[in-house]
Amino acid sequence: MNLAYRDIRHNRGRFLLTCVGLGLLLGVVMAMIGIYRGLVVDALTIARAPAVDLWVVEANTRGPFAEASRIPGDIREAVARISGVAAAGSITYQTVEAQHRSAKLRLYVIGYEPTRPGGPPEISQGRGIARSHYEAVADRTAGLDIGDRIELGRSTFTVVGLTQHQVNSGGDPAIYITLPDAQKLQFDLAPAALRIQQARGAGAASRDSVNAVVARLQPNASADAVADTIWRWKHLSAITQEAQEAILSRSLVDRARRQIGLFTSLLLIVSAVIIALIIYTMTMEKIKQIATLKLIGSSDRTIIGMIVQQALALGLIGFAIGVALILGIKDYFPRRVVLEPDNVAILGLIVFAVCLLSSGLGVRAALKVDPATAIGG
Amino acid sequence: MTTAIGDRPLVRVDRVSKHFGEGETRVDALRDVSLAVYPRQLIALLGPSGSGKTTLLNIIGCILSPSSGSMEIDGELVARDGHWLRGDLRRLRLEKIGFIFQSHNLLPFLNATDNVAIALQLAGVDSASARKRAVDLLDYLEVGHRKDAMPAHLSGGEGQRVAIARALANRPSIILADEPTAALDSKRAQIVMDLLRKLAIEQDAAIIAVTHDEKIFDRFDYLFQLRDGKLDGEPQAGAAAAAHA
Repeated sequence: MNLAYRDIRHNRGRFLLTCVGLGLLLGVVMAMIGIYRGLVVDALTIARAPAVDLWVVEANTRGPFAEASRIPGDIREAVARISGVAAAGSITYQTVEAQHRSAKLRLYVIGYEPTRPGGPPEISQGRGIARSHYEAVADRTAGLDIGDRIELGRSTFTVVGLTQHQVNSGGDPAIYITLPDAQKLQFDLAPAALRIQQARGAGAASRDSVNAVVARLQPNASADAVADTIWRWKHLSAITQEAQEAILSRSLVDRARRQIGLFTSLLLIVSAVIIALIIYTMTMEKIKQIATLKLIGSSDRTIIGMIVQQALALGLIGFAIGVALILGIKDYFPRRVVLEPDNVAILGLIVFAVCLLSSGLGVRAALKVDPATAIGG
Repeated sequence: MTTAIGDRPLVRVDRVSKHFGEGETRVDALRDVSLAVYPRQLIALLGPSGSGKTTLLNIIGCILSPSSGSMEIDGELVARDGHWLRGDLRRLRLEKIGFIFQSHNLLPFLNATDNVAIALQLAGVDSASARKRAVDLLDYLEVGHRKDAMPAHLSGGEGQRVAIARALANRPSIILADEPTAALDSKRAQIVMDLLRKLAIEQDAAIIAVTHDEKIFDRFDYLFQLRDGKLDGEPQAGAAAAAHA
């Protein structure tokens, strides 16, 4: 007869309540892990979206995400002609605040050339930009729908397509527009400022600037070799995709990543202590029953089995509740919660190990129980 | 002490002492206690709190080792000069000794049948046979109609009878009872004592009980009075001994 199961069945309400409590705790741990992973994934999303091999930016900068970068737009032609480059596209990035349905929207505006690298990776609904002006493809998290009109700067754009999970490292949803529209938004002066500029005799500044040129290489081309060629032009820097991702994950979100990582570690330690306390308390509540079992001839193995099985059942059910909880609510978080199967599996193994170690405390207490405790003295 | 019921005692305690602590904190719980209990005998250990009754019961139950002296269980020398001579005391308890507690101490998560069957299963009996014998024992103790009840739903008397069934499950030759009637009214206490008497006779068992319950003194063959860890004079023959004789 399985004593662990019988005891759980007898106290099932209380046991399940304990499991729910543990499940909530593990759900919070998983949420933190998901937020941590989401932060890293979000930071890399925009850099991965154009699916390119090389980023050409202003000299001595680590742009366009970690530092500001501004280069002439015609650099694209020069880059496209380098041996080994299959395609190149100009790109701009800018964060703007826009009004939409009486709410302020913070958007990450990406300007790109629709026929060249730099656009959204895929359109989940609607279509891509087909006209040269005033069309936009927005991320779903912006809350915009197909056909919605939104004012950016002095122009009004119509949303023609939607993307999914395209946000910047700060969690702002991306909105893609054509490069000329984006240049106008970023570099055109307001009429009053332009008049003052003209009155000073400075003339209108050139609008043909971009933040970066992205390049897709031919299959057998070396990104480092192409980068070396670009480095020889003293006014430019070239960053490989790998280096760009390293900048984003180790530099841009590093502090936030470490902060959440540390908090998650603390949460794991707290969870381990709570699991240990629950299992120890469950054992201590059964001291008289354990003493009786010992007195009537139960072996230590039977008693150890009962405690370990209950600890593992508690961990397993609590973990399952935690997973179900986080899967059910993760899409309601304002920022992306990314739960990779390997992260869940590792947490599962940690919970398993913690339950085993914690049951060790209970087992130790149970083995010390004097059978005489069952007899009144 | 007149004991002509059996040739060989089931329990023989010879000059057993037990102390706890050393030096100034030393407490002598038992001092040179000797007694023998024969098959079909019911003996009671009496005395005020702290007199050593439970210590003696624990030593006979092989739960507590004596500091000195020797002890035989069913003819086998199990303790001498403060040392156990047998390694597997758990097995000895399982095969030879049954325990009945003041509050029945049934496992709250098992029903009456399983509370009895577990003692058998721990001794290696398969589940089906264990449950069958458990039901037979409950019927024998006239509590078979409550075989599926959980301990929390049993009355004091029913719970104590289930506990007795558990103590008898492995057909032990010695039954140790700690205040077996303390939680019962006088009518039920008499029923339990009659039951223990019946078991002792039918199973050739020896029953050793710690009790304060004067109403049942007359149900024992001998009353051993303990005081300050020593036997206080010769055991008194109980009324039952006379009737039995």
